[in-house]
Formats: sequence, structure tokens, C-alpha cells
Amino acid sequence: MKQEPDALGHFGPYGGRYVAETLMPALINLEQAFRQAVQDPAFNKRLHEILRDYAGRPSPLYFAERLTKAYGGARLYLKREDLCHTGAHKINNTIGQALLAQRMGKQRLMAETGAGQHGVATATAAALFGMACDIFMGTEDIRRQAPNVQRMQFLGATVYPVRSGTATLKDAMSEAMRAWVARVDDTFYVIGSVAGPHPYPSMVRTFQSVIGTEARAQILKKTGRLPDMIIACVGGGSNAAGIFSAFLKDAKVRLVGVEAAGFGLKTGLHAASIGAGSIGILHGAKSYLLQDDDGQVRNAHSISAGLDYPGVGPEHAYWADTHRVKYCSVTDAAALRAFDDLTRLEGILPALEASHALAEARKRARALGRKAVVIINLSGRGDKDLDNIVAYQKKHREH
Amino acid sequence: MNRITQTFQTLRDQGRKALIGYLTAGDPDLKTSERNMRVALANGLDILELGVPFSDPTADGPAIQAAGQRALAAGVNLHLILALAARLRRTSKAPIILFSYANPLFRYGYAKLCRDAANAGIDGFLVVDLPYEEAAELRGLMKHHKLIFIQLIAPTTAPERSRRLLAAADGFVYYILVKGVTGVRKELAADIKEHMSQLRTCTDLPIAAGFGISDGAQARAAARHADAVVVGSALVEAARAGRLAKKVRELAAALHGG
Repeated sequence: MKQEPDALGHFGPYGGRYVAETLMPALINLEQAFRQAVQDPAFNKRLHEILRDYAGRPSPLYFAERLTKAYGGARLYLKREDLCHTGAHKINNTIGQALLAQRMGKQRLMAETGAGQHGVATATAAALFGMACDIFMGTEDIRRQAPNVQRMQFLGATVYPVRSGTATLKDAMSEAMRAWVARVDDTFYVIGSVAGPHPYPSMVRTFQSVIGTEARAQILKKTGRLPDMIIACVGGGSNAAGIFSAFLKDAKVRLVGVEAAGFGLKTGLHAASIGAGSIGILHGAKSYLLQDDDGQVRNAHSISAGLDYPGVGPEHAYWADTHRVKYCSVTDAAALRAFDDLTRLEGILPALEASHALAEARKRARALGRKAVVIINLSGRGDKDLDNIVAYQKKHREH
Repeated sequence: MNRITQTFQTLRDQGRKALIGYLTAGDPDLKTSERNMRVALANGLDILELGVPFSDPTADGPAIQAAGQRALAAGVNLHLILALAARLRRTSKAPIILFSYANPLFRYGYAKLCRDAANAGIDGFLVVDLPYEEAAELRGLMKHHKLIFIQLIAPTTAPERSRRLLAAADGFVYYILVKGVTGVRKELAADIKEHMSQLRTCTDLPIAAGFGISDGAQARAAARHADAVVVGSALVEAARAGRLAKKVRELAAALHGG
């Protein structure tokens, strides 16, 4: 399994740099700066220290005994990214990119955000490094994730509402790219997923690979062996890429990526780019995409704002084609049920994104058998989702 | 000889600069946009950029974004746009450049697109988000059909990169005047002169300047350094306000008139 893209950022036929010429020099410059930084022991030492002392790494690997019993099969371990500072894995990446921005002499960070987790994590890194911060967020997501908007503002970020299109993550990212073109000299664009033009997909995966590196060492220590399966949710796919990356060469470890099936793949209201999309070009990369016959990007749907995106990182497209990772999908309803399960059985409120991975574990646990070991990447905590869940439950009781 | 090259040669012989205009196909519907394009060509437009609407136009400002949304709402697609081009070609000899984001073209299929576009009488493509590094496949197919791939150069493009990008370029070079998205701006970029003279050392092709030009004075100022001026958002807005003919005449007078 090839782990790095070619010189132009291609994973097989996917990835690349599909951007306006204005951005090309900045991307080439970023790629060089990133490559130098990750080879610099001083950069890595500083990154490691901040992740340890500030973000709270390593995150624990927790054996969920009561959940295991309830699901009636495989032993279920949770990689507790929900315990990271700011409540999700997103901080691993924003600290890495902010540190790189500082090294490159940039004064300002900018980012798109869907659920607000990446926005909060970027605003947090900006505060930590004393940088200005602009966040682009769809007005629909601002409505769904109001507490995160306030957090970003308290952290000193300016939140720009994006009203175009569906006013969700896709449109926020389009607007962020437009804004970046105008400020490319002094602003570092912190992309929150393994998406976008090269070098972002491999750079974000590199900064998130700490999840997999830790999980591998932790499961070996706890069980004396490698897991049978890793399950992670996939929107753009950064938490999944992060945990998968340490196991790609372990052919016996099955890797499962879970996309959002929304109301069901047949309804057309979902966010399953790999499961129900086709190859296309969006936001700087070639990958699987939800689109119509004319190449217009279709709207995604998921109860989880963080998965509500019509594309997926190009490396996931490559892993899907090469069958290294198996991709499946879980509906809003199944994710909510898994949310309830973990909350009641373990006293952990998972983010709706991570609830998709839990729901997939629920489906598979019995068939895998009691001897099997499964790691579920619990990518974030669910506090941000409570209003949204209450609203969903209310709506469905009325129906 | 390709119509683009021919047009520049004719204009140069007459000591004139070219007016290149962008209009979104299908804004606000196919029929109206076709009429607008004919009006523009009849009033002094030398080269037409035929805009393909896209759901996620990451390089465009508000005016062209809105035009694209209106066109998509009207149900326009690339099949209809190619048919529109063919109809325009029957009555006009002006070069037509298909202006698009990569995905609608990729989805249509590059090989089929090149064949159909050539048959429709289109002369070249300008693909906003298809930089040199990703363009080899499409360029190869275009060459086979004698279609010209218009190379964009940005103010951020360093001279050695410009030289590499322009080594295989044809038709003309599109120089993006500003760091930013398309749209009307109050003032023309201050560094246009330096950039243009630097670009002249990288290519012998005519250079068109675009992004931010909206009126006769700006067009005249840009044309002091460039061989052609591109106007987009201002034409889209003028068409919407029913003042397209007047706007095109104003721009054409600035470039063609003494």
C-alpha cells in the first residue's frame, strides 16, 4: 500500500491541485514548508509538547465493557478523541497547521467549518499563537451549532456567515477559498479535513496520524495483539485517515469507514460520496462526489453537521478503489440510537459524527464474535449536538 | 489559422485592442442569454467568453455567482450551451471561448467535449480551476481538435513559472490583474505595468488583462499595457439592468476609438 501521493499530490487518479493559478504558488510553497517542517526535529518536538501538555494527548484507549456486553460480540475499544482539548480530534490538525503557519511567518489563520469543531479548534490555535482568525460558516450550520459560534467569538475569531447555496460546509469552504485568493500573501488557510488541494490531504492526515500511532501502541499494550477491525466515521475523512494510517500495512486489520446515509441512500438525502457518488472535481481535488449528470454538486444531508459534505478526501477514494478500506453508511436514525446506547451504557455523550461509527459497530459486533477486538474512533464529544438532537426527537414524535 | 489568432492579428494590423466579454450562458434563461450575446457581439465585442454555470464557483465574486445560480435554476447545462454556441457561430465569426470550472467539463467527458465543442464552432477553453499541472489530458485532446487552451497567469505567478506555463501556450495569455475573485473594482491594480512588461519577456503571444475592469476608463488604462481587456461582472450586471448594448459600446469606444 502506497502511503504518500505522487509529486503533484495524486493518490492513484485522485487528489491533485484543481485551483485557480493565483493559488498555485501558495500551494507549492506550502508543500515545501510542510515537507521541511516534518523533517525538522525541533518542529516535531514542539508539536509533540503542545499536543501533550495543551491538547491532552495521548488520548486514552478505553475498553467499553457495558457497550460490548450490550452489542453481544466483539470487544469494543474506544479511542477517546472526545477527551482532547476543544472536544474533538480537530485540535491535532489545527495545532500542527498553526505551528506551520507561525514557522512560515503568517499572521492570520482562516478556516471553513461545518459543525463548528474545526472552527473552534482553529480559533483556539489562533488564540494560543496570538494570530488573527477568520472563520467561514454556513448560516444553516450557525443555526444548528450556535454554542460553537459563541465559543469561536469568545476565542477572538471573526465568524463570517455564508449564505450561498445550502449555507452549509460545502458553501463555507467555497467562500473560504474565495477569501483566501484575496489574502494569500499574509493568511494561512487551515483546511479541517483530508480534503482540498495538495498538500492538504496528506498534510492533514500526517497531523492526524497521531491518533493511529497511539491507538496501535495502546491496543498492543492492552491486548498483546493488533485489532481485527478499526471503525471510523467519514465526512471529509480526517479522523478516519488519522487512525487508519497506522494500520494500512497490517493487512489483517480490517478498516471500515462509515459515511452518513442520512434518511437512507435511496432517498437521495444523504452524504455518502463513496457509497452513492461518482468521480468529480470539487474544492481543489478529484475524488468521489455527490453530483448530477451535468457535474453540478448536489446537496448532502446528514443529521451530523460534520458529515454533511458532498465530497470526501481523495485518499479515501483511493483506499475505496484499492479495497484497503471498506466503506459503508449509517442512517440518521441508527446514529441517534447508537448515541443513546453509549450515553446510557457508558456515560459518554458521543458526537453525532462518531455515533455513525458506533452504529456500524453495533451492526458488526455479533458476527465478529467475542474473541474479536474492535477499535472505534470516538472522534468527538456530543455536547454541541444536544439542541439538534432534541429538535430531531421532537419533530419525529410529532410525525 | 484559428479564429482567436486571426482576430488578434487583424486588430493589431488596425492598431486596435481587443474587447473580450464574459456572459453566463443561461442567465437568466437560455433564450435571453443568447440574445444578450448577440447584442454584445453586434455592439463591438471582439471575443466572447461563453460562461458555463457551476454550483460552486470558487473563483467568482457575487455578480457571476448570482448569474450562475440563475442559469442553473433555469435548467441550463453543457449540452444546451454547446447548442447555443453552434447557433451563435452560424451568424458570427467572432471567436468563442468556453469558460468553465473543471467539473462540468470532466463530467461531460473530455474527449466527447472536445469533439462537440469543435463541431459547435468553439475556438478555445478557459478552465478556471485547471492549472497547468492538471491540464495535460485535456490539452492533448484539445490540440487534436485544434482548440486553444487559454493559459491563465496570476500576479502571484513567478517569472520562471510563467515561462514554463507559457512555453506551450497558444492564442493569447489571460493575465489576472488582482489577487481575488472576479468582480467590479474601483481602481485598477497599480502594478499592471511591471507585471505586463515582465510577462512580455516570457511570451510573444498577445496578453489579455482581466478581473476588476468595469468601465471605459479602466479598460483604456489596462489597454495601455495589454493587447486585450476582459470584462465579466460588469457585463453580467449591465445585461441584468438592460444596459448591455450601451456598456459594450462604452468599452469598445475606449479600446477602438482614437
